[in-house]
Amino acid sequence: MSSIALKLLKPLGLPEKFNLAQLIKSVVVPLSGILVFLFIWNIGAQNINTSLGEFPGPTQVYEESKNLIAEHNRERQKEVAFYERLEIRNAKKLEANPDAVIKTRPYTGKPTFIDQIGTSLVTVLAGFFAASLIAIPAGIVIGMNKTLYSAFNPVIQLFKPVSPLAWLPLVTMVVSALYVSDDPMFAKSFVTSLITVSLCCLWPTLLNTAVGVSTISTDLNNVSKVLRLPWLTHVIKIVIPSAIPMIFTGLRLSLGIAWMVLIAAEMLAQNPGLGKFVWDEFQNGSSSSLGRIMVAVLVIGLIGFVLDRVMLALQKKVSWDKSVELR
Amino acid sequence: MLAMSTAQAAVGEPEKEDLKFGFIKLTDMAPLAIAYEKGYFEDEGLYVQLEAQANWKVLLDRVIDGELDGAHMLAGQPLGATIGYGTQAHIITAFSMDLNGNAITVSNDIWEQMKPHVPMGADGKPVHPIKADALKPVVDSFQAQGKPFNMGMVFPVSTHNYELRYWLAAGGIHPGYYAPHKGDTAGQIDADALLSVTPPPQMPSTMEAGTIYGYCVGEPWNQQAVFKGIGVPVVTDYEIWKDNPEKVFGVSKGWADENPNTHIRVVKAMIRAAKWLDDNNNGNRPEAVEILSRSDYVGADYDVIANSMTGTFEYEKGDKRAVPDFNVFFRHNATYPYYSDAIWYLTQMRRWGQIAEPKSDDWFMDTAKKVYRPDIYATAAKELIAEGKLEASEFPDFASETGYKAPQTHFIDNITYDGTKPNEYLTKFKIGLKPDTTL
Repeated sequence: MSSIALKLLKPLGLPEKFNLAQLIKSVVVPLSGILVFLFIWNIGAQNINTSLGEFPGPTQVYEESKNLIAEHNRERQKEVAFYERLEIRNAKKLEANPDAVIKTRPYTGKPTFIDQIGTSLVTVLAGFFAASLIAIPAGIVIGMNKTLYSAFNPVIQLFKPVSPLAWLPLVTMVVSALYVSDDPMFAKSFVTSLITVSLCCLWPTLLNTAVGVSTISTDLNNVSKVLRLPWLTHVIKIVIPSAIPMIFTGLRLSLGIAWMVLIAAEMLAQNPGLGKFVWDEFQNGSSSSLGRIMVAVLVIGLIGFVLDRVMLALQKKVSWDKSVELR
Repeated sequence: MLAMSTAQAAVGEPEKEDLKFGFIKLTDMAPLAIAYEKGYFEDEGLYVQLEAQANWKVLLDRVIDGELDGAHMLAGQPLGATIGYGTQAHIITAFSMDLNGNAITVSNDIWEQMKPHVPMGADGKPVHPIKADALKPVVDSFQAQGKPFNMGMVFPVSTHNYELRYWLAAGGIHPGYYAPHKGDTAGQIDADALLSVTPPPQMPSTMEAGTIYGYCVGEPWNQQAVFKGIGVPVVTDYEIWKDNPEKVFGVSKGWADENPNTHIRVVKAMIRAAKWLDDNNNGNRPEAVEILSRSDYVGADYDVIANSMTGTFEYEKGDKRAVPDFNVFFRHNATYPYYSDAIWYLTQMRRWGQIAEPKSDDWFMDTAKKVYRPDIYATAAKELIAEGKLEASEFPDFASETGYKAPQTHFIDNITYDGTKPNEYLTKFKIGLKPDTTL
């Protein structure tokens, strides 16, 4: 148990062996940073009066987060009741007509804050994987061939800085035009978010992979030539292992971008997820709206942080050059 | 139970059981929320999801492309879409969602400038209804200084646009013409006051930012301005036109043709919800307000929504007056889709140039018949009567109902409206296109 805890803490920068100096550095300093932030936040919040009331301070945000969890639990209870009613209705239907087709159906209630977190996570990971599936192979091919690299570099540089908000209208229209089926496997909104996220986050992986591949040491390339390795074996045995640290650097950047892009895309396209939650609360304009948005802000930050740490841990694991400090 | 099964035999099983309806965060979406929360949809074997939409255009587009099965719509939207103003699509409605429910709000600053021109009662409070005559001098002074007088409404074919225009024009302020045949859809030709579109929930903040000086919108966004202390509602639409039809439940014609049983069942559930909302002399309203204040529905504070939903309306801060019919969901046959209501909207579209060409009286009536479907409503209502859920006396007499209300007189400018004579009605306005004028 404790070893698992230590392994989990390791990427957070906590050392396995504690001594006082390290304890201060790794626990007390960050903690006091957080305390100072909470203090400034609290004072600042009290001095900002919006038309929806005072800006939410830490206590209000804490209250709202409890409310959000309570709402989630209430919705789950309603879901149970819904299925009970559904069963009774279905039983009656069968009684009246034994051949009636009974369908199981999803709960019709609204997604809660916690459901929206789940939706956003699934979407961002799907978009990120789709982007990686394209970016890594493309990066390898481009990196291995100087001509291809110079051919595609301008295009990559052109698309790299494009904001998701610019892509979104195009993606939305294209998806509604092309993604037509009577029984779609995924919701259109999911596909739209996924493609937007992929379009914006594939560039760092692509570039880093290409650079990683093109900077393989000539020694390794020569070895490969001497052994007359077939192309695929060359890629698998020589290119990918040497480029892996760079690939992961790219992936980590991509995931960070993917998360930021997703929230914006959900907000603008009204696709389910945390972005929509924030927008809906903004539209509600109730006295608790700002507090709830602030909860979402903190959760978005926390999830982004966790995603980044997971990638960092992976990066450290696969990186062969342990002398480089990763942070 | 017996009644239930005979009813099912009569209407038949719904063709589509899993439905998704859209709405905009306004209190008049209440019939949808109540039909869901009270299980009326489920009673009809329908499993409905309700989803808030970003704005009226998105909502309409999603009904057209089938992402939504139906939606809470502005009365002008099915009409506008069917005649091809804006997006072209055949949308129909068999259920009128409510009467009244809107108001016109101006910013504190404009109100201070208006106040000297508003007649005051013995108690020192303004005499209502306040006419746009009081706003005229303010607009004139803006014009003299060369400053545009901007106001917000929610959509080009919205009730709010026509109500705001009606009120302004009745006070001698020209709200501007549209000229779609010349590509002009801004609606600001010859305008004294410049009207533009702002989504309802953003009205208060847009006015606070100074981009607009006033707006016409549904609740809770007028009461919100009072609560935030940023503006003063000057007139409710009840005072502009007593018991005016407001939102409707719209579906695409194609959807209705494919799912006739489902459509009837949806209307049945919504009639029951509307009745519940008005039952016990608005006695259920506090519960309705609690439901609407949840963040999935309207989401504004309970007090803000309660202000208008429970039969009162707060004008200036502290000046709370009884307006029992501010929101009507069922009384006065509020849910019946009258042809004459549709025709009033069409006359206003013609009056302000959205319909560019002269049209015959027959055209007005035929268009109303294409969009408003009292036949579907009547089927649903008769089912409910047969099931014993409602009384025949709670509905119009279907055998003799023509769909045209008797000439209506309760307008702020005292002009009488007769739905059977749309072109004659157009000749009565001082400001506005006449039956045969084109821009």
